Amino acid sequence: MGADRHNVDLSPHVSDEIRKTTCYMCACRCGINVHLRTGEDGQPKVRYIEGNRDHPINKGVLCAKGSAGIMQHYSPARLKKPLLRTGDRGKGEFREIEWDEALSIAADWLGDVRMRDPRKLAFFTGRDQSQSLTGWWAQQFGTPNFGAHGGFCSVNMAAGGIYTFGGAFWEFGSPDWDKTELFMIFGVAEDHDSNPIKIGLGKLKARGVKVVGVNPVRTGYNAIADEWVGITPGTDGLFILSLVHELLRTGKVDLDYLLRYTNAPWLVIEDEGKADHGLFARNEAGEPLVFDRQAQACVSSRAPGVKPSLKGQVDLPDGRKARPVFELLAQKYLSDDYAPEAVAETTGVSAVQIRRLAGEIAEAAFEKEVTVDQPWTDMKGERHDKMIGRPVSFHAMRGISAHSNGFQTCRALHLLQIMVGSIDCPGGFRFKPPYPRPIDGQPKPHGGSQPGEPLPGPHLGFLRGPEEMLLEDDGVTPQRIDKAFSWDAPMSSHGLMHMVISNAHAGDPYPVDLLFMYMANMSWNSSMNSGGVMKMLEDKDENGEYRIPKIIYSDAYNSEMVAYADLVLPDTTYLERHDCISLLDRPISEPEALADSLRWPVVDPATQGEGRDVRGFQSVLLDLGARLGLPAMTDADGNVLYADYADYMVNHQRRPGVGPLAGWRGKNGGSSGRGEPNPDQINRYIENGGFFEAHVPAEALYFKHANKAWTDWAIEMGLQDGPVEIIFQLYLEPLRKFQLAAEGHGERQPPDSHRERIRATFDPLPIWYAPFEGEGIDVGEYPYHALTQRPAAMYHSWGSQNAWLRQIHGTNPLYVPGPICDEAGLVDGDWAWVTSHHGKIKVPVRRMEAVNGKTMWTWNAIGKRSGAWTLDEDAPEAKKGFLLNHLIHELLPPKADGLRWSNSDPITGQAAWFDLRVRIEKAPPEEHPVSLPQFDPQEDSLPKPAAEIAYGHEWEADN
Amino acid sequence: MTSLPQTTDKALGLVIDLDTCVGCHACIINCKEWNTGGYGAPLADLDPYGTEPVGSFLNRIHTFEVSPDNAPASIVHFPKSCLHCADAPCVTVCPTGASYKRSEDGIVLVDESMCIGCGLCAWACPYGAREMDPVENVMKKCTLCVDRIYNENIPEEDRQPACVRTCPAGARHFGDFSDPASNVSKLVAERGGIDLMPEMGTAPVNKYLPPRPKTKPESASSATAEAVTEKPGGFLGWLDQALEKLG
Amino acid sequence: MHPAISVIFFTVTSGAGFGLIAMIGAGMPLPNGLAAAFFIPALAGLLAVAGLISSTFHLGHPERAWRAFSQWRSSWLSREGVLSVITLILFGLYTLAWMISGERILWLGLLIAIGSALTVYMTAMIYAQMKTVPHWHTGLTPLCYLLFSLTCGYLLAAGLNGFASGASSPAGLAVVAIAIAWACKYAWWKQAETTSLEAAGSTMESATGLGSIGKVRLLERPHTGENYLTHEMIHVVGRKHAAKLRIIALALGAALPLLIALGVWAFAASTLWLVLAFIVLMAGLFVERWLFFAEAEHAVSLYYGGREA
Ligand SMILES: Nc1nc2c(c(=O)[nH]1)N[C@H]1C(S)=C(S)[C@@H](COP(=O)(O)OP(=O)(O)OC[C@H]3O[C@@H](n4cnc5c(=O)[nH]c(N)nc54)[C@H](O)[C@@H]3O)O[C@H]1N2
Ligand SMILES: Nc1nc2c(c(=O)[nH]1)N[C@H]1C(S)=C(S)[C@@H](COP(=O)(O)OP(=O)(O)OC[C@H]3O[C@@H](n4cnc5c(=O)[nH]c(N)nc54)[C@H](O)[C@@H]3O)O[C@H]1N2
Ligand code: SF4
Ligand code: SF4
Ligand code: SF4
Ligand code: SF4
Ligand code: SF4
Ligand SMILES: [Mo]
Repeated sequence: MGADRHNVDLSPHVSDEIRKTTCYMCACRCGINVHLRTGEDGQPKVRYIEGNRDHPINKGVLCAKGSAGIMQHYSPARLKKPLLRTGDRGKGEFREIEWDEALSIAADWLGDVRMRDPRKLAFFTGRDQSQSLTGWWAQQFGTPNFGAHGGFCSVNMAAGGIYTFGGAFWEFGSPDWDKTELFMIFGVAEDHDSNPIKIGLGKLKARGVKVVGVNPVRTGYNAIADEWVGITPGTDGLFILSLVHELLRTGKVDLDYLLRYTNAPWLVIEDEGKADHGLFARNEAGEPLVFDRQAQACVSSRAPGVKPSLKGQVDLPDGRKARPVFELLAQKYLSDDYAPEAVAETTGVSAVQIRRLAGEIAEAAFEKEVTVDQPWTDMKGERHDKMIGRPVSFHAMRGISAHSNGFQTCRALHLLQIMVGSIDCPGGFRFKPPYPRPIDGQPKPHGGSQPGEPLPGPHLGFLRGPEEMLLEDDGVTPQRIDKAFSWDAPMSSHGLMHMVISNAHAGDPYPVDLLFMYMANMSWNSSMNSGGVMKMLEDKDENGEYRIPKIIYSDAYNSEMVAYADLVLPDTTYLERHDCISLLDRPISEPEALADSLRWPVVDPATQGEGRDVRGFQSVLLDLGARLGLPAMTDADGNVLYADYADYMVNHQRRPGVGPLAGWRGKNGGSSGRGEPNPDQINRYIENGGFFEAHVPAEALYFKHANKAWTDWAIEMGLQDGPVEIIFQLYLEPLRKFQLAAEGHGERQPPDSHRERIRATFDPLPIWYAPFEGEGIDVGEYPYHALTQRPAAMYHSWGSQNAWLRQIHGTNPLYVPGPICDEAGLVDGDWAWVTSHHGKIKVPVRRMEAVNGKTMWTWNAIGKRSGAWTLDEDAPEAKKGFLLNHLIHELLPPKADGLRWSNSDPITGQAAWFDLRVRIEKAPPEEHPVSLPQFDPQEDSLPKPAAEIAYGHEWEADN
Repeated sequence: MTSLPQTTDKALGLVIDLDTCVGCHACIINCKEWNTGGYGAPLADLDPYGTEPVGSFLNRIHTFEVSPDNAPASIVHFPKSCLHCADAPCVTVCPTGASYKRSEDGIVLVDESMCIGCGLCAWACPYGAREMDPVENVMKKCTLCVDRIYNENIPEEDRQPACVRTCPAGARHFGDFSDPASNVSKLVAERGGIDLMPEMGTAPVNKYLPPRPKTKPESASSATAEAVTEKPGGFLGWLDQALEKLG
Repeated sequence: MHPAISVIFFTVTSGAGFGLIAMIGAGMPLPNGLAAAFFIPALAGLLAVAGLISSTFHLGHPERAWRAFSQWRSSWLSREGVLSVITLILFGLYTLAWMISGERILWLGLLIAIGSALTVYMTAMIYAQMKTVPHWHTGLTPLCYLLFSLTCGYLLAAGLNGFASGASSPAGLAVVAIAIAWACKYAWWKQAETTSLEAAGSTMESATGLGSIGKVRLLERPHTGENYLTHEMIHVVGRKHAAKLRIIALALGAALPLLIALGVWAFAASTLWLVLAFIVLMAGLFVERWLFFAEAEHAVSLYYGGREA
């Protein structure tokens, strides 16, 4: 009865066409099906975006951001035309210009610098995924000053992993979701692998596998964790090493694994006070030595059939003494300093919980062993009839890496994984192709720029000792503007983007002429000390010239950074351009498949809004390169080599046969990985849903670090040029080399001011030390920690222009632990002053209990500068939202000697966002409180946005 | 006809797993995206870039904090859309017949062309599952994606609600509760699915799976591992023996 | 609940209108003559219709209001619509007959009186049926509505009768009516203290099903801004504020009309004064009705952090 009276069209027409491409509402890079339908204006309009079921990353699911793509693509904050600054910096006053003018201005500015002193260009990119293009371009240009956001993002994690075992969490590996029996997740709110982690957690929940969340805050992934470790920020290293202590104490370590795959048996020279103390004992061929238990002799660790010893001092053939890594390690961590009782107070984790968790890790690893019936051959040629797994897995991200002790903490976690034998085994952590990669297979950083000449090699890489640092001839002055690979942060593999503006402003180590940035909101949420950075960008010298003379910036939207550019190059939206998610960059592979993908213009910008005259930045960059006559972008006769980015994606070859895209190579598209360029390649990708995927052979699915079948396949696919075996570096010799330098050995010597810090922190075995900010201040005055978390439904600053997402996160309260609220007399809805050693902000407060008792937190990047993003000047984001960044300084509090260190990890230069210490006081009640600081609203020349949206009304009648 | 059907042929609805939901809001945005160009009027937004943006959504994620007596507080992310109640009060209060429950499958729908926007149905719903569209002024609610689940223009595997298809964690399940062998009936049986506000007498079709019990920090370990360091020879002695075993 | 002006006006005004219609129909003494036969029913009709029309102001689609007559089998709103129209039509006929013949047809009047009372009852049932709003979900709600409606009608009818020279209505009845109506409302208020959501068994624990784990508290609303539900269903009046408003309602709606009616009674003054009593009563009822909505807790508030949110 009833229903038949109502007409419901159960099979409405959905769309005219589906185009498959790659999402770019965040860096996870899911596959999407974009449904297009004719709109009111007769042009194709996006009707619906859903996940692509065949895609290796998201397998059909889509997150909130991805689902809000329509609102991003049609955002009123989209830039429309190139802009030239007319008012003062920071005001946001511009005049629209044509592309010809914009490109010739840019080429003039760039060309001038290149011929005079290429160092005077600082080219830094943010959330883009085209570093293999931008880095290559910068290399051709000849500036040493190139980097991306990795340095302030999570380089500790990347470097800690790559140095230790040739891979990393980040996007380079993942837990074996289908087989693991215990999963521990440290310091993750969202991560780049946003959808894969959620899919994985869903799998664990479906199987009823225990999830342990280690995080001061119990939201999101930690909310569903079966056990929560509400750790005190910055103390994970100590907690992890206490777990290691327990595993050693109870003998729950996988000795076979340690012997086969790690440097646990390698001999470390004991030669107190000498230049070789703490280095590996090696033979003439440079191969590390081990002590063979059977032969009772020192032999090469690579010798077949060795039975290495793990303990005992041995006499080296040349008479020096040495001891295996494992014994040093056991001695260190068995010490009472790491006993659960000893660390409980500092970490905020009880001894009972630490001990039980160690027991559960051991139980999962050794009593729930999983096997895969797949014979395989290791790199020493030994055949194994099955793959034996230790099904305990870990994942971690910025919660442990964005601290000044993050590198060592990441190493500690990897040590833990390796001790229980759970790297790339069934049920453990798994590498994603092209990883694992040994340090020796990684590039080294290059400097040494010459006017008008390309740089001799890539900018960023992994150095192995002081000799590879990028210093001037004095051995002290950094070559790079961000001081990467200098004594400040020797192993800063991703550069230090967070230091670029303040160093350039200070002219330290030298001033720059031109700052060129792409997709990075550096005058706001991606900088520490945002207000200070704004001033630096606005600051003029005695002659009335800007201290940073010229700024070129490419953004797609009317962000805070746009207001600080002299020349703005408007990018397209992600649905309107070619992009390449390349294996040369940060690939999208999953453990069982190597994969890459592309974006293509599923709609033409000219049809997507009035007056849109925008160009894909990568094509613009190639155009500029050609105008400048950069070597790899023009031939000997000065002819342009790449018409645009699509042309480059197909025809550029990094090494013979290896280009940006791995699929459908060769003249007729028959080869994968290696092969000649294929003119039809992009079409083949599009036909396949925008991605390419090659499945890892069954025999190569695990133990890739030592698996013959893997190496063979990796060579075939162009991932490697020769066989590799990765020996996990529990003891990291490069660190010891820096320590030796600090102890006075070797040619390259750190300034005296740096010696103690390097000696103390560059321990070759993982250590824990207290985060620096807390050490430099009176913690009685700043007793609490303050953090940010990524909200799942927002991507940094991008999301606020999105009509749907901003309704979810239009403001951000500071979540304050109940007991602190009680002490400070705070209740929900109150406002409070929060003070750090550097600044003071006024914020709205909300009480929370499910959080570490000393830690307050807020959502990241919700606060906006008034007038930005084409929002109302009184938008809640601007008036109630706030940034914690105003409290975080790029420098640590001054030391007694007046020196100020960068607020970064001393080893990698990773920005220590989460070291922040604060105090909190209730603000007196006001009628209409606003968050502080406030800044003058930035001008907005874009048309006023609509007062209402009824998206899709044109299709209503048809339904 | 706003009287409720005596019985429905099927009882289609959702199971929402609170032990799995990470509160990511994917389901609500994908729902909005599908439905704004689909069934009925768009899901509009007023003042979308201004000081007080408000829009209609068919599904929303709340976040609750739960404090047990003897364990640390925990957080539960809580998605909520129409529960397609068997005894739906929103239907019987409707003066126009715009609100109805389908006898075929039990889906509760609003026929927007008949809706006068009086708001009574929203008052009658205890769950806050109905929202008036701020532009079109008709009542909006979850349709259980009635225009997807039977839609012959989309592939068969996609004939499920947008929120279910998109949920990254797999915390949402769609099926027929009248069939005891269905995926949803089984989940409810296995995991003790519950009704929200049973005291309201609405007999909701949608069920919630409660969070599984959490390990308390101080709970004792099941496994007691012996200390090898206390054996004769200490740790290094144990090491010798262990290496011996490896051969 | 959000106290919408149109709905407050509707319930108070059409309540008074139907009250007056009921009194006319029930045969209360009224002035004779064509003018009276026209103006008094016109006033009653105007009040009733103005209220009804006002109620359409809060509709999203008033042009479709006719559809609201269709669901009388299940919907109180629909029943109220249907019955009010029937009653008004009958009342029109009654008035016509009165004007033409100068006579009031008693049997028709009684029918109309019953129709009016039922209409008011049905109006009240729109609210009283809401299980989601425990304050409203009580038999006292229709009783209050009815008593106020009849009291209004009585005061007005008796007052208007003051125009008839020499006629006097028993003002004592007015005193009694006012007293009873407010006694009922007092009982309603008393009951409201105990008919909270919690007393109805609805708590954040039952709303979320998480009570077996522990005490439940809202950490975050789904959206940082407002939405239809928070606008419509979650209205918070401060306790002090509410107490003050109750005193105002009582002063205007009870004390003043009572004083006037007592005065009329004691001094046998012209019942015309009762029109004034009617006017202040109406003012009091606007405040009472504002509180009726504003103080009512809706179950959905449990998902939005309860009342403190
Ligand atoms: N307090 C605090 N601050 C932090 C962090 C933290 O945890 N806490 N995290 C830090 C980290 S890890 C990061 S990575 C940074 C991120 O910070 P940013 O890299 O600054 O990230 P977004 O805010 O997303 O800004 C990127 C810019 O790219 C623009 N954009 C978006 N789409 C396109 C496009 O298609 N083309 C172009 N050309 N531009 C586009 C946006 O409009 C925006 O202006 O923030 C850092 N800041
Ligand atoms: N939705 C969404 N996804 C994103 C982004 C986004 O903006 N939005 N940004 C992308 C980017 S650029 C990045 S770098 C990644 C970062 O992804 P995440 O690593 O997940 O980054 P954060 O949100 O900064 O999360 C840090 C987490 O660490 C916790 N934490 C802080 N200090 C400590 C500590 O000392 N110990 C432990 N154990 N935990 C701690 C915080 O509570 C928080 O949960 O996310 C990416 N994915
Ligand atoms: S995680 Fe979400 S925003 Fe990021 S790429 Fe995937 S769907 Fe897009
Ligand atoms: S999409 Fe799934 S996990 Fe995310 S909020 Fe919705 S139900 Fe929860
Ligand atoms: S959840 Fe609310 S709207 Fe849905 S059927 Fe039940 S009462 Fe009606
Ligand atoms: S708002 Fe529409 S659907 Fe709801 S009760 Fe009124 S007429 Fe019926
Ligand atoms: S079933 Fe469809 S309409 Fe209902 S909440 Fe899910 S996506 Fe929205
Ligand atoms: Mo990042």
